[in-house]
Amino acid sequence: MTRQEWPLYEVFIRTRSGLSHRHAGSVHAADDEMALNNARDTYTRRSEGVSIWVVRSDRIVASDPAETSAFFDPAEDKIYRHPTFYDIPDEVENL
Amino acid sequence: MYTQGLDQAGKGGPDTREAESRAQLDAFQARIDAEEKIEAKDWMPEAYRRTLIRQISQHAHSEIIGMQPEGNWLTRAPTMKRKAILLAKVQDEAGHGLYLYSAAETLGVSRDEMVGDLLSGKAKYSSIFNYPTLTWADIGAIGWLVDGAAIMNQIPLCRCSYGPYSRAMIRVCKEESFHQRQGYELMLTLCRGTDEQKAMAQDALNRFWWPALMMFGPNDAASSHSAQSMAWKIKRFSNDELRQKFIDVTVPQAEFLGLSVPDAALWFNENTEHYEHSDIDWQEFFDVISGNGPCNRQRLAKRRKAHDDGAWVREAARAYADKKAAAEAAA
Repeated sequence: MTRQEWPLYEVFIRTRSGLSHRHAGSVHAADDEMALNNARDTYTRRSEGVSIWVVRSDRIVASDPAETSAFFDPAEDKIYRHPTFYDIPDEVENL
Repeated sequence: MYTQGLDQAGKGGPDTREAESRAQLDAFQARIDAEEKIEAKDWMPEAYRRTLIRQISQHAHSEIIGMQPEGNWLTRAPTMKRKAILLAKVQDEAGHGLYLYSAAETLGVSRDEMVGDLLSGKAKYSSIFNYPTLTWADIGAIGWLVDGAAIMNQIPLCRCSYGPYSRAMIRVCKEESFHQRQGYELMLTLCRGTDEQKAMAQDALNRFWWPALMMFGPNDAASSHSAQSMAWKIKRFSNDELRQKFIDVTVPQAEFLGLSVPDAALWFNENTEHYEHSDIDWQEFFDVISGNGPCNRQRLAKRRKAHDDGAWVREAARAYADKKAAAEAAA
Protein backbone atom coordinates (compact mmCIF):
# COMPACT_ATOMS: atom_id res chain seq x y z
CA MET A 1 0.00 0.00 0.00
CA THR A 2 1.50 3.32 -1.01
CA ARG A 3 1.39 6.01 1.59
CA GLN A 4 0.30 9.14 -0.17
CA GLU A 5 0.60 10.40 -3.70
CA TRP A 6 3.58 12.52 -4.70
CA PRO A 7 3.02 16.28 -4.50
CA LEU A 8 1.53 18.12 -7.46
CA TYR A 9 3.62 20.66 -9.39
CA GLU A 10 2.43 23.21 -11.93
CA VAL A 11 4.50 23.35 -15.10
CA PHE A 12 5.35 26.51 -17.03
CA ILE A 13 7.19 26.39 -20.35
CA ARG A 14 9.04 28.99 -22.38
CA THR A 15 8.61 27.76 -25.94
CA ARG A 16 11.46 29.88 -27.28
CA SER A 17 13.54 32.73 -26.03
CA GLY A 18 11.79 36.05 -26.33
CA LEU A 19 8.50 34.63 -25.05
CA SER A 20 7.37 34.38 -21.45
CA HIS A 21 6.75 31.11 -19.66
CA ARG A 22 3.23 29.81 -20.05
CA HIS A 23 1.27 27.33 -17.99
CA ALA A 24 1.26 23.88 -19.63
CA GLY A 25 -0.32 21.58 -17.04
CA SER A 26 0.86 19.73 -13.98
CA VAL A 27 2.85 16.69 -12.93
CA HIS A 28 3.33 14.70 -9.77
CA ALA A 29 6.85 14.27 -8.45
CA ALA A 30 8.58 13.31 -5.23
CA ASP A 31 10.88 16.33 -5.33
CA ASP A 32 11.81 19.41 -7.37
CA GLU A 33 14.38 17.71 -9.54
CA MET A 34 12.02 14.89 -10.46
CA ALA A 35 9.32 17.46 -11.18
CA LEU A 36 11.57 19.10 -13.76
CA ASN A 37 12.39 15.76 -15.39
CA ASN A 38 8.77 14.65 -15.43
CA ALA A 39 7.69 18.00 -16.85
CA ARG A 40 10.26 17.65 -19.62
CA ASP A 41 9.14 14.11 -20.47
CA THR A 42 5.45 14.97 -20.31
CA TYR A 43 5.27 18.38 -21.96
CA THR A 44 8.28 18.76 -24.26
CA ARG A 45 8.59 15.49 -26.19
CA ARG A 46 8.68 17.47 -29.44
CA SER A 47 11.04 20.26 -28.46
CA GLU A 48 8.21 22.51 -27.29
CA GLY A 49 10.42 24.29 -24.79
CA VAL A 50 13.77 25.91 -24.06
CA SER A 51 13.08 26.52 -20.39
CA ILE A 52 10.78 24.99 -17.76
CA TRP A 53 9.59 26.30 -14.41
CA VAL A 54 7.95 23.97 -11.95
CA VAL A 55 6.37 25.09 -8.70
CA ARG A 56 4.52 23.15 -6.03
CA SER A 57 0.82 23.73 -6.67
CA ASP A 58 0.18 24.34 -2.98
CA ARG A 59 2.66 27.24 -3.03
CA ILE A 60 0.69 29.22 -5.60
CA VAL A 61 -1.34 32.10 -4.24
CA ALA A 62 -4.35 32.81 -6.45
CA SER A 63 -7.17 35.32 -6.54
CA ASP A 64 -10.60 33.95 -5.74
CA PRO A 65 -12.86 33.59 -8.82
CA ALA A 66 -15.93 34.18 -6.63
CA GLU A 67 -14.49 37.60 -5.75
CA THR A 68 -13.43 38.50 -9.27
CA SER A 69 -15.62 41.56 -9.73
CA ALA A 70 -14.85 43.04 -6.33
CA PHE A 71 -11.16 42.26 -6.67
CA PHE A 72 -10.78 43.94 -10.04
CA ASP A 73 -13.28 46.68 -9.29
CA PRO A 74 -10.67 49.44 -8.61
CA ALA A 75 -9.65 49.43 -12.28
CA GLU A 76 -13.15 49.58 -13.66
CA ASP A 77 -14.00 53.28 -13.21
CA LYS A 78 -10.64 54.61 -14.31
CA ILE A 79 -11.28 54.93 -18.00
CA TYR A 80 -8.85 57.87 -18.11
CA ARG A 81 -6.09 55.27 -18.00
CA HIS A 82 -6.85 54.40 -21.61
CA PRO A 83 -5.57 56.52 -24.50
CA THR A 84 -9.00 56.60 -26.15
CA PHE A 85 -10.33 58.66 -23.21
CA TYR A 86 -8.70 61.77 -24.66
CA ASP A 87 -10.16 63.75 -27.58
CA ILE A 88 -7.46 65.07 -29.84
CA PRO A 89 -8.30 67.04 -33.01
CA ASP A 90 -7.72 65.07 -36.23
CA GLU A 91 -5.29 67.71 -37.53
CA VAL A 92 -2.80 66.83 -34.84
CA GLU A 93 -0.63 64.03 -36.14
CA ASN A 94 1.66 61.48 -34.60
CA LEU A 95 -0.19 61.42 -31.30
CA MET B 1 -12.45 8.97 -28.36
CA TYR B 2 -13.47 7.47 -25.19
CA THR B 3 -16.55 9.54 -24.57
CA GLN B 4 -18.68 6.52 -25.10
CA GLY B 5 -21.24 7.28 -22.43
CA LEU B 6 -20.11 4.32 -20.43
CA ASP B 7 -21.98 4.96 -17.24
CA GLN B 8 -24.40 7.41 -15.80
CA ALA B 9 -23.32 10.74 -14.43
CA GLY B 10 -24.49 11.72 -11.05
CA LYS B 11 -25.10 8.26 -9.64
CA GLY B 12 -24.23 7.95 -6.01
CA GLY B 13 -23.34 11.62 -5.59
CA PRO B 14 -24.96 13.70 -2.91
CA ASP B 15 -28.07 15.55 -3.94
CA THR B 16 -26.83 19.10 -4.12
CA ARG B 17 -29.66 20.58 -6.11
CA GLU B 18 -30.99 22.48 -3.14
CA ALA B 19 -27.66 24.12 -2.53
CA GLU B 20 -27.56 25.37 -6.10
CA SER B 21 -29.93 28.24 -6.61
CA ARG B 22 -31.79 28.83 -9.84
CA ALA B 23 -29.91 32.12 -10.20
CA GLN B 24 -26.51 30.40 -9.95
CA LEU B 25 -27.50 27.77 -12.51
CA ASP B 26 -28.87 30.38 -14.90
CA ALA B 27 -25.75 32.52 -14.58
CA PHE B 28 -23.62 29.47 -15.25
CA GLN B 29 -25.62 28.49 -18.33
CA ALA B 30 -25.43 32.08 -19.58
CA ARG B 31 -21.63 31.93 -19.41
CA ILE B 32 -21.68 28.65 -21.35
CA ASP B 33 -24.08 30.04 -23.95
CA ALA B 34 -21.80 33.05 -24.38
CA GLU B 35 -18.97 30.58 -25.18
CA GLU B 36 -17.06 31.64 -22.09
CA LYS B 37 -14.66 29.01 -20.78
CA ILE B 38 -15.17 27.68 -17.29
CA GLU B 39 -11.97 27.55 -15.28
CA ALA B 40 -10.94 25.32 -12.42
CA LYS B 41 -11.98 27.36 -9.40
CA ASP B 42 -15.07 28.93 -10.97
CA TRP B 43 -18.44 28.08 -9.56
CA MET B 44 -20.01 25.18 -11.45
CA PRO B 45 -22.99 22.90 -10.87
CA GLU B 46 -22.03 19.72 -9.07
CA ALA B 47 -23.41 17.63 -11.94
CA TYR B 48 -21.19 19.48 -14.43
CA ARG B 49 -18.18 18.77 -12.25
CA ARG B 50 -19.09 15.09 -11.88
CA THR B 51 -19.76 14.66 -15.59
CA LEU B 52 -16.36 16.12 -16.41
CA ILE B 53 -14.51 14.08 -13.81
CA ARG B 54 -16.14 10.95 -15.17
CA GLN B 55 -15.45 11.79 -18.80
CA ILE B 56 -11.90 13.11 -18.40
CA SER B 57 -10.80 10.29 -16.12
CA GLN B 58 -12.29 7.64 -18.44
CA HIS B 59 -10.44 9.32 -21.25
CA ALA B 60 -7.19 9.26 -19.27
CA HIS B 61 -7.67 5.61 -18.33
CA SER B 62 -8.22 4.78 -22.00
CA GLU B 63 -4.90 6.34 -22.93
CA ILE B 64 -3.12 4.38 -20.21
CA ILE B 65 -4.76 1.02 -21.02
CA GLY B 66 -4.35 1.87 -24.71
CA MET B 67 -0.59 1.44 -24.35
CA GLN B 68 -1.02 -2.31 -23.89
CA PRO B 69 -2.30 -3.50 -27.27
CA GLU B 70 0.48 -1.60 -29.02
CA GLY B 71 3.12 -2.34 -26.41
CA ASN B 72 2.47 -5.97 -27.32
CA TRP B 73 4.40 -5.43 -30.58
CA LEU B 74 7.25 -3.27 -29.35
CA THR B 75 9.73 -6.12 -29.16
CA ARG B 76 8.58 -7.61 -32.46
CA ALA B 77 8.46 -4.58 -34.73
CA PRO B 78 9.88 -5.60 -38.12
CA THR B 79 12.51 -2.85 -38.39
CA MET B 80 14.35 -0.44 -36.11
CA LYS B 81 12.51 2.45 -37.74
CA ARG B 82 9.10 0.92 -37.01
CA LYS B 83 10.19 0.10 -33.48
CA ALA B 84 11.31 3.68 -32.79
CA ILE B 85 8.02 5.02 -34.21
CA LEU B 86 5.93 2.63 -32.15
CA LEU B 87 7.87 3.43 -29.01
CA ALA B 88 7.29 7.16 -29.58
CA LYS B 89 3.60 6.53 -30.10
CA VAL B 90 3.22 4.46 -26.95
CA GLN B 91 5.07 7.19 -25.02
CA ASP B 92 2.63 9.72 -26.43
CA GLU B 93 -0.28 7.66 -25.13
CA ALA B 94 1.25 7.77 -21.66
CA GLY B 95 1.69 11.53 -22.08
CA HIS B 96 -1.93 11.95 -23.14
CA GLY B 97 -3.05 10.03 -20.08
CA LEU B 98 -0.99 12.38 -17.91
CA TYR B 99 -2.32 15.58 -19.54
CA LEU B 100 -5.82 14.31 -18.93
CA TYR B 101 -5.30 13.18 -15.34
CA SER B 102 -3.85 16.60 -14.66
CA ALA B 103 -6.92 18.27 -16.23
CA ALA B 104 -9.25 16.10 -14.12
CA GLU B 105 -7.34 16.93 -10.95
CA THR B 106 -8.24 20.60 -11.39
CA LEU B 107 -11.82 19.53 -10.59
CA GLY B 108 -10.85 18.38 -7.13
CA VAL B 109 -10.35 14.65 -7.62
CA SER B 110 -6.98 13.15 -6.68
CA ARG B 111 -4.75 11.11 -8.96
CA ASP B 112 -4.75 8.26 -6.45
CA GLU B 113 -8.52 8.21 -6.40
CA MET B 114 -8.74 7.98 -10.19
CA VAL B 115 -6.04 5.32 -10.47
CA GLY B 116 -7.74 3.42 -7.66
CA ASP B 117 -11.04 3.44 -9.56
CA LEU B 118 -9.35 2.12 -12.68
CA LEU B 119 -7.56 -0.68 -10.84
CA SER B 120 -10.63 -1.72 -8.88
CA GLY B 121 -12.62 -1.95 -12.09
CA LYS B 122 -15.03 0.76 -10.96
CA ALA B 123 -13.97 3.19 -13.68
CA LYS B 124 -14.46 2.37 -17.33
CA TYR B 125 -12.22 2.93 -20.32
CA SER B 126 -12.79 2.75 -24.05
CA SER B 127 -14.08 -0.59 -25.32
CA ILE B 128 -11.59 -0.64 -28.19
CA PHE B 129 -8.61 -1.52 -26.02
CA ASN B 130 -10.13 -4.83 -25.02
CA TYR B 131 -9.42 -6.29 -28.45
CA PRO B 132 -6.19 -8.20 -29.01
CA THR B 133 -3.44 -7.21 -31.45
CA LEU B 134 -2.85 -10.51 -33.18
CA THR B 135 -0.60 -9.44 -36.04
CA TRP B 136 1.74 -6.61 -36.96
CA ALA B 137 -0.93 -5.23 -39.28
CA ASP B 138 -3.09 -4.55 -36.22
CA ILE B 139 -0.61 -1.83 -35.28
CA GLY B 140 -1.33 -0.15 -38.60
CA ALA B 141 -5.08 -0.63 -38.21
CA ILE B 142 -5.01 0.89 -34.73
CA GLY B 143 -3.15 3.98 -35.87
CA TRP B 144 -5.32 4.44 -38.92
CA LEU B 145 -8.76 3.50 -37.53
CA VAL B 146 -8.59 3.81 -33.76
CA ASP B 147 -6.59 7.01 -33.72
CA GLY B 148 -8.61 8.22 -36.69
CA ALA B 149 -11.83 7.72 -34.74
CA ALA B 150 -10.19 9.34 -31.74
CA ILE B 151 -9.31 12.43 -33.76
CA MET B 152 -12.93 12.75 -34.97
CA ASN B 153 -14.06 12.71 -31.38
CA GLN B 154 -11.32 14.84 -29.93
CA ILE B 155 -11.24 17.76 -32.33
CA PRO B 156 -14.63 19.06 -31.12
CA LEU B 157 -13.43 18.50 -27.54
CA CYS B 158 -10.78 21.17 -28.12
CA ARG B 159 -13.72 23.60 -27.92
CA CYS B 160 -15.16 22.04 -24.77
CA SER B 161 -16.49 24.58 -22.26
CA TYR B 162 -14.11 23.47 -19.52
CA GLY B 163 -10.80 25.30 -20.02
CA PRO B 164 -8.32 22.73 -18.65
CA TYR B 165 -9.93 19.88 -20.64
CA SER B 166 -10.02 21.94 -23.80
CA ARG B 167 -6.35 22.87 -23.45
CA ALA B 168 -5.36 19.25 -22.79
CA MET B 169 -7.27 18.19 -25.91
CA ILE B 170 -5.52 20.77 -28.06
CA ARG B 171 -2.21 19.32 -26.95
CA VAL B 172 -3.41 15.76 -27.60
CA CYS B 173 -4.80 16.57 -31.05
CA LYS B 174 -1.50 18.08 -32.16
CA GLU B 175 0.11 14.71 -31.52
CA GLU B 176 -2.64 12.42 -32.80
CA SER B 177 -2.07 13.28 -36.41
CA PHE B 178 1.31 11.57 -36.29
CA HIS B 179 -0.37 8.49 -34.84
CA GLN B 180 -2.91 8.24 -37.60
CA ARG B 181 -0.48 8.92 -40.42
CA GLN B 182 2.10 6.39 -39.25
CA GLY B 183 -0.69 3.81 -39.04
CA TYR B 184 -1.96 4.50 -42.53
CA GLU B 185 1.56 4.45 -43.93
CA LEU B 186 2.17 1.11 -42.23
CA MET B 187 -1.01 -0.27 -43.88
CA LEU B 188 0.06 1.19 -47.22
CA THR B 189 3.43 -0.53 -46.98
CA LEU B 190 1.75 -3.86 -46.26
CA CYS B 191 -0.76 -3.39 -49.06
CA ARG B 192 2.03 -2.73 -51.54
CA GLY B 193 3.91 -5.80 -50.32
CA THR B 194 3.37 -9.50 -50.89
CA ASP B 195 -0.06 -11.13 -51.14
CA GLU B 196 0.40 -12.43 -47.63
CA GLN B 197 1.14 -8.97 -46.29
CA LYS B 198 -1.89 -7.55 -48.02
CA ALA B 199 -4.05 -10.35 -46.63
CA MET B 200 -2.73 -9.51 -43.20
CA ALA B 201 -3.77 -5.88 -43.66
CA GLN B 202 -7.24 -6.97 -44.81
CA ASP B 203 -7.60 -9.24 -41.81
CA ALA B 204 -6.69 -6.38 -39.45
CA LEU B 205 -9.28 -4.12 -41.10
CA ASN B 206 -11.86 -6.90 -40.80
CA ARG B 207 -11.29 -7.19 -37.09
CA PHE B 208 -10.94 -3.50 -36.22
CA TRP B 209 -13.63 -1.92 -38.40
CA TRP B 210 -16.65 -2.61 -36.22
CA PRO B 211 -14.93 -2.04 -32.88
CA ALA B 212 -13.69 1.30 -34.27
CA LEU B 213 -17.26 2.30 -35.14
CA MET B 214 -18.34 1.37 -31.63
CA MET B 215 -15.83 3.84 -30.21
CA PHE B 216 -18.30 6.64 -30.87
CA GLY B 217 -20.67 5.13 -28.33
CA PRO B 218 -24.32 4.07 -28.51
CA ASN B 219 -26.76 5.39 -31.10
CA ASP B 220 -28.10 8.83 -30.28
CA ALA B 221 -31.48 7.40 -29.32
CA ALA B 222 -29.82 5.19 -26.71
CA SER B 223 -27.26 7.71 -25.46
CA SER B 224 -28.51 8.69 -22.05
CA HIS B 225 -26.77 11.90 -21.10
CA SER B 226 -25.82 13.39 -24.43
CA ALA B 227 -28.40 16.18 -24.28
CA GLN B 228 -27.08 17.62 -21.04
CA SER B 229 -23.47 17.40 -22.24
CA MET B 230 -24.47 19.23 -25.41
CA ALA B 231 -26.22 21.97 -23.42
CA TRP B 232 -23.09 22.36 -21.31
CA LYS B 233 -20.99 22.41 -24.49
CA ILE B 234 -18.84 19.57 -23.23
CA LYS B 235 -19.97 17.71 -26.32
CA ARG B 236 -20.51 19.46 -29.64
CA PHE B 237 -21.68 16.68 -31.95
CA SER B 238 -23.76 13.59 -31.33
CA ASN B 239 -22.30 10.07 -31.40
CA ASP B 240 -24.01 9.23 -34.69
CA GLU B 241 -22.89 12.46 -36.37
CA LEU B 242 -19.27 11.77 -35.51
CA ARG B 243 -19.54 8.12 -36.52
CA GLN B 244 -20.97 9.10 -39.90
CA LYS B 245 -18.19 11.61 -40.45
CA PHE B 246 -15.62 8.94 -39.65
CA ILE B 247 -17.16 6.44 -42.07
CA ASP B 248 -17.37 9.03 -44.82
CA VAL B 249 -13.69 9.89 -44.64
CA THR B 250 -12.40 6.38 -43.94
CA VAL B 251 -14.07 4.33 -46.67
CA PRO B 252 -12.20 6.13 -49.49
CA GLN B 253 -8.95 5.62 -47.56
CA ALA B 254 -9.64 1.88 -47.46
CA GLU B 255 -10.35 1.93 -51.19
CA PHE B 256 -7.01 3.61 -51.82
CA LEU B 257 -5.32 0.79 -49.96
CA GLY B 258 -7.18 -1.69 -52.12
CA LEU B 259 -8.88 -3.16 -49.06
CA SER B 260 -12.56 -3.82 -48.62
CA VAL B 261 -14.54 -2.63 -45.62
CA PRO B 262 -16.16 -5.66 -43.96
CA ASP B 263 -19.73 -4.51 -44.45
CA ALA B 264 -21.54 -6.09 -47.40
CA ALA B 265 -24.39 -3.60 -47.08
CA LEU B 266 -22.18 -0.51 -47.26
CA TRP B 267 -23.18 1.87 -50.06
CA PHE B 268 -22.78 5.52 -50.95
CA ASN B 269 -26.04 7.42 -50.95
CA GLU B 270 -25.73 10.01 -53.73
CA ASN B 271 -28.66 12.01 -52.36
CA THR B 272 -27.30 12.49 -48.87
CA GLU B 273 -23.64 12.20 -49.93
CA HIS B 274 -23.07 9.87 -46.99
CA TYR B 275 -22.31 6.18 -46.73
CA GLU B 276 -25.08 3.94 -45.44
CA HIS B 277 -23.94 1.02 -43.34
CA SER B 278 -25.32 -2.07 -41.62
CA ASP B 279 -26.41 -2.02 -38.01
CA ILE B 280 -23.76 -2.26 -35.37
CA ASP B 281 -23.78 -5.30 -33.10
CA TRP B 282 -24.59 -3.43 -29.90
CA GLN B 283 -24.67 -6.64 -27.91
CA GLU B 284 -20.96 -7.01 -28.55
CA PHE B 285 -20.40 -3.40 -27.47
CA PHE B 286 -22.26 -3.84 -24.19
CA ASP B 287 -20.51 -7.13 -23.52
CA VAL B 288 -17.10 -5.51 -23.94
CA ILE B 289 -18.08 -2.49 -21.85
CA SER B 290 -19.36 -4.64 -19.04
CA GLY B 291 -16.09 -6.52 -18.77
CA ASN B 292 -16.52 -9.47 -21.10
CA GLY B 293 -14.53 -8.46 -24.14
CA PRO B 294 -11.67 -10.61 -25.42
CA CYS B 295 -9.00 -8.92 -23.26
CA ASN B 296 -10.70 -7.04 -20.40
CA ARG B 297 -9.33 -9.23 -17.62
CA GLN B 298 -5.84 -9.36 -19.09
CA ARG B 299 -5.68 -5.56 -19.52
CA LEU B 300 -6.66 -4.86 -15.93
CA ALA B 301 -4.46 -7.60 -14.50
CA LYS B 302 -1.46 -6.18 -16.36
CA ARG B 303 -2.23 -2.65 -15.20
CA ARG B 304 -2.58 -3.81 -11.60
CA LYS B 305 0.68 -5.73 -11.76
CA ALA B 306 2.53 -2.74 -13.20
CA HIS B 307 1.09 -0.55 -10.46
CA ASP B 308 2.02 -2.99 -7.70
CA ASP B 309 5.48 -3.64 -9.12
CA GLY B 310 6.12 0.10 -9.14
CA ALA B 311 5.01 0.66 -5.56
CA TRP B 312 8.50 0.36 -4.09
CA VAL B 313 9.83 2.93 -6.55
CA ARG B 314 7.16 5.44 -5.56
CA GLU B 315 7.84 4.82 -1.89
CA ALA B 316 11.61 4.97 -2.24
CA ALA B 317 11.46 8.26 -4.14
CA ARG B 318 9.24 9.70 -1.48
CA ALA B 319 11.48 8.47 1.33
CA TYR B 320 14.52 9.96 -0.42
CA ALA B 321 12.74 13.30 -0.87
CA ASP B 322 11.73 13.33 2.81
CA LYS B 323 15.28 12.53 3.89
CA LYS B 324 16.74 15.25 1.68
CA ALA B 325 14.21 17.79 2.91
CA ALA B 326 14.99 16.91 6.51
CA ALA B 327 18.73 17.29 5.90
CA GLU B 328 18.20 20.67 4.27
CA ALA B 329 16.03 21.83 7.14
CA ALA B 330 18.71 20.78 9.63
CA ALA B 331 21.54 22.50 7.73
